[in-house]
Amino acid sequence: MSVIAQYVFNGLMLGMIYAMVAVGFTLFFGVLDVIKFSHGDTLMVGAFAGLAASTGVLMLGIDTPWIQLLAVVACAVSVTGLLGAGIAKFLILPLRKAPPLNTLLATLMLGTVMRECVRLFYPDGSNPKPFPRLLPSASIELGSLSLRADNLILLATGIAIIVGVHLLITRTRFGMAIRAVAQDGETARLMGIDFEAVVLFTFALGSAMAALAGVMNGLYYNEINFNVGLLLGVIGFAAAILGGLGNIYGAILGGFLFAALQVIGSATLPALIPDIPSAYKDVFAFAVVIVLMAFKPTGLIAEKSSERV
Amino acid sequence: MNQPSIPMRAPAAVLAAAGIAITLYLWLFLHAESQLSVAILLAVALAAVVAGRRLGATRRLEAAGMSRPGLARLWAAAGTLALIAAFYDTHFALLMICTVLLYTTACLGLTLQFGFSGVANFAGAAFFGIGSYATAVLAAHSGLPHLLIIVIAGVISALVGSLLIAPVLRTRGHYAALVTIAFGILFKTFIEVNDVLGGPQGLQVPGMRLFGYALNDGFTVFGADVSFYVSYALLSLGICGGVFAVVKALERSWVGLAMDVVRTDETAAATFGLHIARWKVVAFMLGNFFAGIAGSVYGMVTGFVAPNNFTFSDSLLMLSIVILGGLGNAVGLVPAAIIVLVLPEKLQFIQEYRFLFYAALVIAILLFRPAGLMPRKTRLFFAGEASR
Repeated sequence: MSVIAQYVFNGLMLGMIYAMVAVGFTLFFGVLDVIKFSHGDTLMVGAFAGLAASTGVLMLGIDTPWIQLLAVVACAVSVTGLLGAGIAKFLILPLRKAPPLNTLLATLMLGTVMRECVRLFYPDGSNPKPFPRLLPSASIELGSLSLRADNLILLATGIAIIVGVHLLITRTRFGMAIRAVAQDGETARLMGIDFEAVVLFTFALGSAMAALAGVMNGLYYNEINFNVGLLLGVIGFAAAILGGLGNIYGAILGGFLFAALQVIGSATLPALIPDIPSAYKDVFAFAVVIVLMAFKPTGLIAEKSSERV
Repeated sequence: MNQPSIPMRAPAAVLAAAGIAITLYLWLFLHAESQLSVAILLAVALAAVVAGRRLGATRRLEAAGMSRPGLARLWAAAGTLALIAAFYDTHFALLMICTVLLYTTACLGLTLQFGFSGVANFAGAAFFGIGSYATAVLAAHSGLPHLLIIVIAGVISALVGSLLIAPVLRTRGHYAALVTIAFGILFKTFIEVNDVLGGPQGLQVPGMRLFGYALNDGFTVFGADVSFYVSYALLSLGICGGVFAVVKALERSWVGLAMDVVRTDETAAATFGLHIARWKVVAFMLGNFFAGIAGSVYGMVTGFVAPNNFTFSDSLLMLSIVILGGLGNAVGLVPAAIIVLVLPEKLQFIQEYRFLFYAALVIAILLFRPAGLMPRKTRLFFAGEASR
């Protein structure tokens, strides 16, 4: 029983992180019809920025974990917010008229640039770095189940962030501006919405979410590595597409679905085929994604699009 | 045949001059050892290109190339043979030549898929790798002649690609990109965890034997020891030349025309009676076949194959070559391949920073010159028209 609970919990954590990355992808696509593939590496930069902040705070002699945590989160969010807005202004907006795969390639290369910069310029960047344990490590006993407090806090925070972004998009005026720009940029401009400001803010918001996902990733695994962004980016992209691009609920659904596939793969494959290495879970998950794309070409919550002939 | 009516003085002379100049430059470039000489050569190339545009020399060269395509190809082949002969005992330069030729072959396949038919393939390196792995297994465990193995490796690559046909046909744009990206990652992870195919260490690929002569032994010509890479370079030149001729012939024919229409506007293509699925499938399978052949020979040249050579970054590298050279332009692939593959090896002082430099270069090109180095010219339908 506790083994299943362990798997479920692991899946929920992974799903949370993937969902946050996928929501970022979907926001960017909704607003500018662009896939910003450097999103996974933005997550990694956010995690490293948080690590730098915590090291800085330690060097200042402050020892309380809460202040460290605050510093980590504030630094990660602000650095990646600025980075995301900068990328939007200097790379994505100028490439708006280009064929979409050019933008895809440009952002993929940008992800490589960010990865290499961290690897080369962060002290000892090419080795995995331990992330400080900043959450209380108590654990709650529920019968034969033992839940760790830090995992619960991470889970609750993730849910809070996703709900918060959802409320921002659906209940505030600014969220309405974002949805207007996503629906039709030109008409939004006619209605007096500052197109560029909304776009820059959306990119900053998505990147800040990625930074939070990166910090959560670091706190969960207690380690970060300059390479973590590439696979997370691809998985986030896969999750966003699975759920249907442009749809936030679809992105969340896709994120949890992908995590579920990975957990099912790692749990059931060794039972079916003995001695199979656990890395096959990725093979299984991607294979299911490809099959699903064959049946539902525009994602599970499909875009309604029509072509005028 | 269609002769453009641009006044063309002695195209043969123009082509000869260009052929000799380019071969000489490449010889100097591959020969350069010190960073200063490489920097000087790069500056010379940049100056030559700028001056050529100003003086109209590039236009004359293009016109000469179009009026005498056979002669232009002959000069290209002769130039490459001269380079191979000039570097007859330098292993590294010959390996560079082989790599450029084989990656050009794989990118010709990608051009067929992406440049002509609009099917984005982000798993080019995976199909390259399938060719290498098939060769490793077949050459080590079966007695088939190696030329046949190269063809079979290409066919296996195409067959594995056929698994992706259903998702590729039904999806458009970004969704289609995801399918091939997922496949590329799936392939690399699958090979890495699979001990039957060598796991992360990979497999050894036996050297090629052609008509009883093992290419891995060097040979002597007039008493001088010739590197064994020369035989591989000649083989790569043959394969690259053959695939180039096929792709160019396809482009000029009604097949290429159908693919171009399918890429440009699927609805219009369907109204004109073109079977969209058929052309996309043909392009996808043929492109993967070429990538498989290239991978097969590359495996034999380097002697081993490992999953780390066929990652997503390598697929991106191939796509960068295709876009950098000008999407759909088969001739532009060669300078793009030289820039992407040879330049980082020559600029040793930035060895550590080479991915950073190369990624920044591609971003700059996509921002400022998105059509690539040699944009594809429009198709000539009527005699007397100038290509734009």
